[in-house]
Amino acid sequence: MTKYSIFSLIRNALSYHENWQKAWRSPDPKPAYDVVIVGGGGHGLATAYYLAKECGITNVAVIEKGWLGGGNTGRNTTIVRSNYLWDESAALYDHAIKLWETMSQDLNYNVMFSQRGLLHLAHNVHDMQEIGRRGHAIKLNGIDSEFLSPAQVKEMVPIINLNCRYPVMGALLQRRGGTARHDAVAWGYARACDAMGVDIIQNCAVTGFEIEDGTVKAVETTRGRIGAGKVGVVTAGHSSVMAEMAGFRMPLESFPLQAFVSEPLKPVIDCVIMSNAIHAYISQSDKGELVIGGSGDPYISYSQRGSFDQVEHVAGPVLELYPVFSRVRMMRQWGGITDVTVDRSPILTKTPVGNMYFNCGWGTGGFKATPGSGHVFAHSIAKGEMHPIAAPFSMDRFNTGALIDEAAAAAVAH
Amino acid sequence: MSQSYRIEGKGRIDRSKPIRFTWNGRSYQGYQGDTLASALLANGVRLVGRSFKYHRPRGIMTAGSEEPNAVVQLEEGARTEPNTRATMAELYDGLTANAQNCWPSVEFDVGALNAKLSRFFPAGFYYKTFMWPAALWEPLYEKIIRRAAGMGESPEEIDPDSYAQHFAHCDVLIAGGGPAGLSAALAAGRTGARVILADEGAEFGGSLLADTVEIAGKPAADWIAETVAELTAMPEVTLLPRTTVSAYYDHNFLTLTERVTDHMGPRADDSVPRQRFWKVRAKQTILAQGAIERPLLFADNDRPGVMLASAARTYINRYGVLPGREIVVFTGNDSAYPAALDAKAAGARVEIVDLRTDPKGPLVDHARAQGIEIHAGCGITGTRGTKALHGCDVAPLSEDGKSLADEPFSIGCDCIAVAGGWNPTVHLHSQARGKLSWDDTKQCFVPGYCQWPTRSAGAGNGTFDLAGCLDEGLKAGAAAAHEAGFGKGAAPEAPAVELSEEGPARQVWIVPSDVPLGHGKKHFHDHQNDVTAADIHLAAREGYVSVEHLKRYTTTGMGTDQGKTSNVNALAVMADIRNARIPEVGTTTFRPPYVPTTFGAIGGQNRRHLFLQERTTPMHAAHVANGAVFEDVGDWKRPWYFPRDGEDMHEAVQRECRQARETCGLLDASTLGKIDIQGPDAAWFLNMMYTNKWDTLAVGKGRYGVMLNEHGMVIDDGVTTRLAENHFHMTTTTGGAARVLGMLEEWLQTEWPERQVYCTSVTEQWAVCTITGPNAKALMADLTDDIDVDPANFPFLAYRTGTVAGAPARVYRISFTGDLAYEVNVPARHGLAVWTTILERGRKHGLVQYGTETMHVLRAEKGFIIVGQDTDGTVTPMDLGMNWIVSKKKDDFIGKRSHSRSDTAREGRKQLVGIMTEDPNVVLPEGAHLVNQPGKPPIAMEGHVTSSYMSPNVGRSIALGLIKGGRDRIGDTLHAPMMDGKTVHKVTLTEPVFFDKEGKRTNG
Repeated sequence: MTKYSIFSLIRNALSYHENWQKAWRSPDPKPAYDVVIVGGGGHGLATAYYLAKECGITNVAVIEKGWLGGGNTGRNTTIVRSNYLWDESAALYDHAIKLWETMSQDLNYNVMFSQRGLLHLAHNVHDMQEIGRRGHAIKLNGIDSEFLSPAQVKEMVPIINLNCRYPVMGALLQRRGGTARHDAVAWGYARACDAMGVDIIQNCAVTGFEIEDGTVKAVETTRGRIGAGKVGVVTAGHSSVMAEMAGFRMPLESFPLQAFVSEPLKPVIDCVIMSNAIHAYISQSDKGELVIGGSGDPYISYSQRGSFDQVEHVAGPVLELYPVFSRVRMMRQWGGITDVTVDRSPILTKTPVGNMYFNCGWGTGGFKATPGSGHVFAHSIAKGEMHPIAAPFSMDRFNTGALIDEAAAAAVAH
Repeated sequence: MSQSYRIEGKGRIDRSKPIRFTWNGRSYQGYQGDTLASALLANGVRLVGRSFKYHRPRGIMTAGSEEPNAVVQLEEGARTEPNTRATMAELYDGLTANAQNCWPSVEFDVGALNAKLSRFFPAGFYYKTFMWPAALWEPLYEKIIRRAAGMGESPEEIDPDSYAQHFAHCDVLIAGGGPAGLSAALAAGRTGARVILADEGAEFGGSLLADTVEIAGKPAADWIAETVAELTAMPEVTLLPRTTVSAYYDHNFLTLTERVTDHMGPRADDSVPRQRFWKVRAKQTILAQGAIERPLLFADNDRPGVMLASAARTYINRYGVLPGREIVVFTGNDSAYPAALDAKAAGARVEIVDLRTDPKGPLVDHARAQGIEIHAGCGITGTRGTKALHGCDVAPLSEDGKSLADEPFSIGCDCIAVAGGWNPTVHLHSQARGKLSWDDTKQCFVPGYCQWPTRSAGAGNGTFDLAGCLDEGLKAGAAAAHEAGFGKGAAPEAPAVELSEEGPARQVWIVPSDVPLGHGKKHFHDHQNDVTAADIHLAAREGYVSVEHLKRYTTTGMGTDQGKTSNVNALAVMADIRNARIPEVGTTTFRPPYVPTTFGAIGGQNRRHLFLQERTTPMHAAHVANGAVFEDVGDWKRPWYFPRDGEDMHEAVQRECRQARETCGLLDASTLGKIDIQGPDAAWFLNMMYTNKWDTLAVGKGRYGVMLNEHGMVIDDGVTTRLAENHFHMTTTTGGAARVLGMLEEWLQTEWPERQVYCTSVTEQWAVCTITGPNAKALMADLTDDIDVDPANFPFLAYRTGTVAGAPARVYRISFTGDLAYEVNVPARHGLAVWTTILERGRKHGLVQYGTETMHVLRAEKGFIIVGQDTDGTVTPMDLGMNWIVSKKKDDFIGKRSHSRSDTAREGRKQLVGIMTEDPNVVLPEGAHLVNQPGKPPIAMEGHVTSSYMSPNVGRSIALGLIKGGRDRIGDTLHAPMMDGKTVHKVTLTEPVFFDKEGKRTNG
């Protein structure tokens, strides 16, 4: 792997950039691998990366039915944060943030992780109680958290309308939160995986699993049978489809979630701002577009697009909080499929099938966890035992009732 | 040089109406009917903007909404608007516009340094650098990147204009009012079908507005006028000029953006909206949006002065503007020849560079006859001029079109009109999930199958000749109307058109130059984002081969034009690299909207006070008059507290709390959810929805109930009263009213449809005055003659009807304060009068009106929970110490099964307890967490404070909390660390009842 740096850039400029190598190879699948990761999104690629880098398992394939990062990795609003209420969540997401902080250097690929600060606005007494509780819990979990007054919010976001339908009463700030360049995460992992010998195989859809005596032996794909010592399934909105192929049920519902960008503007919003009561979240990309998200579509679907009503449901709140955007134009809307659990927490788990592991259920908030998710999942697969940070997220919790109910805590999708 | 590029006698502009406008601080003149772009060209202004990345000088490239270069900052102040296409902005008097993305000016732009260093900034360069040292990423590198971000500037003031939304249904919606769209409207309209015809432009006619062709022996303009006149006369036809069909959703739901007043500029009159957003459900759609001309990819093809041949022709014929005096038409097909002929006729010196080695046919002959020199088999290999084009190099091409066959020669020119073929505008078809197929002859994508009732017609369907457009439009209109139930489907006969036959085209996707691709000269395909053919080669070299990777890695097609002129060219370059056919490369997904749409229009009227309407109780006017401070609870405005002169919130609440317990208090409880439940299975139903037993409840009595979700967790509570054998009045929390009704209906409709139970929300039908305190009985006796209010005869949780304060009332003996209390429900229309009367008569009983904060303190003194504050969806009734409310006798109720799950049944769950601070003056912040021993985070937490107040009646601070194993730890000492990281409060766990522990006060 050629190291990327300002020097390699200059050197290659002199040869008209004609000598750059492929970021990753496109090999044909081998007959078998020690581990096959199904799903070439951020979480799947991160899993392969840590298998190879930290677990000494390099005979790994990542198979992807379309193009790398084409699912939710390339469709989300790129927000990264770890200000979660429950201890289990805080541990998982903060584990991820710590890995985000060194990801560009680790991968030698600039993923533009930008800790611009993330605000959760509170608009009523109930919101204040909610951020109060979460702020204290986060702080005691050793994660940064601060309360801001409305005046401090205004200082950070001069264009905000504090006196909106539900006036801003305060905010919870996580300074280490921010955004990252989502595509670069997939590409950076793919390149680093490839350099360690992992095979990245695109346009390779899974059609079934070969299971013998309750243990997975191979993955059947559109590019033939691929033998597998272990299988890690990381397929987000299609995880329940994969589970069905493997003969069990995964307690997920798949909903479209839309995102929107405006035309590019000169910088006007410097941090990420989330609001539950006036439901929209917004940040501004390094290219200048306002990146906006809202609620999921209220029906189950596998279609990666959205309906009109969410467009309208996002425009209203955006204008209420930032009325100066009235004459700004929305440039594009798109949708992804989120795999939602009943407690809005992910599933990192062994399954009824031996040597088969699932990593799914990230719902509307998986991007932020990408490196942490891959890291603990890789260690779980390598060891055959769930990593301590992953253990509470086992699918068994739906039987025992030990839910990690972030939905109940925040009373909103996150 | 005022309008020195105008062509005498040409164009549809109104020369009797000159208009003054300002561009970059300089005043210019144009005419009514101009766009900003045509007026700038008329005045010889070529340089109109700077590109995103390299800050290359750019000029006007198109005459439509596909414009990538000429995007400007329109107006200043409150009405400023970024990224407006100069080609779509109609000129009005006083229009002011400025160039974007340049500093200090578009002429001299410091950012142009990027162009000098462009060699070091290929596609995706930022992924490869700015990583060392890591500490510099945010303070330095990203700052630089962000400073370069964006095009135009966001407004900083509130938009003074209004916007509207409009719903419509129609039989046939036609997108595009060119020859095909007009024909379609005519055919459909004549059947009597309801037709909506929308076109982006100020005038109907589309490409005909720039054409010199005759239809049925008359100028095209006459045919347009006659057609529009006929359509206008049809009562069922709606004509929408300046209206873009922007999005196509499932089930033929489309959205349209109508620019109602943009062409008039800032106005004093705001009686009409600036833009109107249409939401249309169409039985049938006809997509007739025409086609967009493809630019050619040649070296340095981005100089100001390079424009589409069709745009050049539009400026000449429609606007009477010569885009240059020395024009080189660069083409591979015949469609550019009319532009050359029109330019020549308008007085320009014209030469044609034709990729075809042997162009022939009537148009070519005509051009030759007019003395236009044709350089056949040649391509442009380079251009000259920075801020304005002054010449180009031309050379014969090899047979395969990949190299030069001879040395280049120079031609002086100030305009290059390029014609690389046509792309049907298939965006809406694709948004509707219609398939595309590649037409090898026409070298373009054309619409294929679509699951919705839609058809494409005209150039948008790949039918590029006018006769075909007219014919196809008529047929589509007749067929769509017929399928919508109108007419017989037979199309009227198309009018005669005399057309010159066009010869075959030659497609050269990348025109070679004298240096290898990427070696100094740039072949731009995405002009706005500065993406070149060399960038695509780089992407392919590095493995970003998938069309989505290509787009995302190079940013091609990601500008405000969303790749309308660039995408197919980019695909062609990738296809060439991969040695594949273009359709094998695939396309990126076409996403709404077709052109960017203002948030204002999408938001419509749903703004300011209409954003989410405030709910107020019938007594609201009295609360306002009495100086209440309001709290937002759900959508409700509830009185929070009623401060008297100079009181702050704390003082007011302390006074209200004290007085309510000492004498009596009055609370507006109208916002509580109220659901009327009737039917023979109503008692059975309540047995299922609540944890306790309801079939045993006597008529005229109420009972407190908690409702669980499937996980066995508390989600709502309230008192429900049996009004009659099969008739119950349920109350819910204020915030939970809609959710609970939804849940009741969901169970009834999906699980127990055979059960006869009928639920009706009556929240807003009843106004509720809660009277509480030792003097409540005396006050009630003053208010009613026909109800015996003595608790001895009107026991706790009983219900009476009668007249209270002159209004028919239902009175419930319910108490949320623990004191003797009456909930007086009167029909909403009596609410204000009854409230006022109670306040008046209460004066002598020491009545105090109190708000939600006092309500919270009083209930916390008694340890009564608030669902959503003391619970969070993870709390069972047992966790709340309410085992008594969970029936052991019932076979089933919602949530019962989950109580046997191991984690739900285990010891040590968080339980509701009281919390007392060591210092009675310290009120813990709600949300504070308790720990066993203070220390440095991370530190194990035992639970958190859910409610916390200063209680004047207890005489100290009190708090409730959910603490692990709390019931067994009463009396234990814990610690509450504060957010400052220093302060720690010592606390003791207690029973969660602080006042009147024996419950003596309930009956006075």
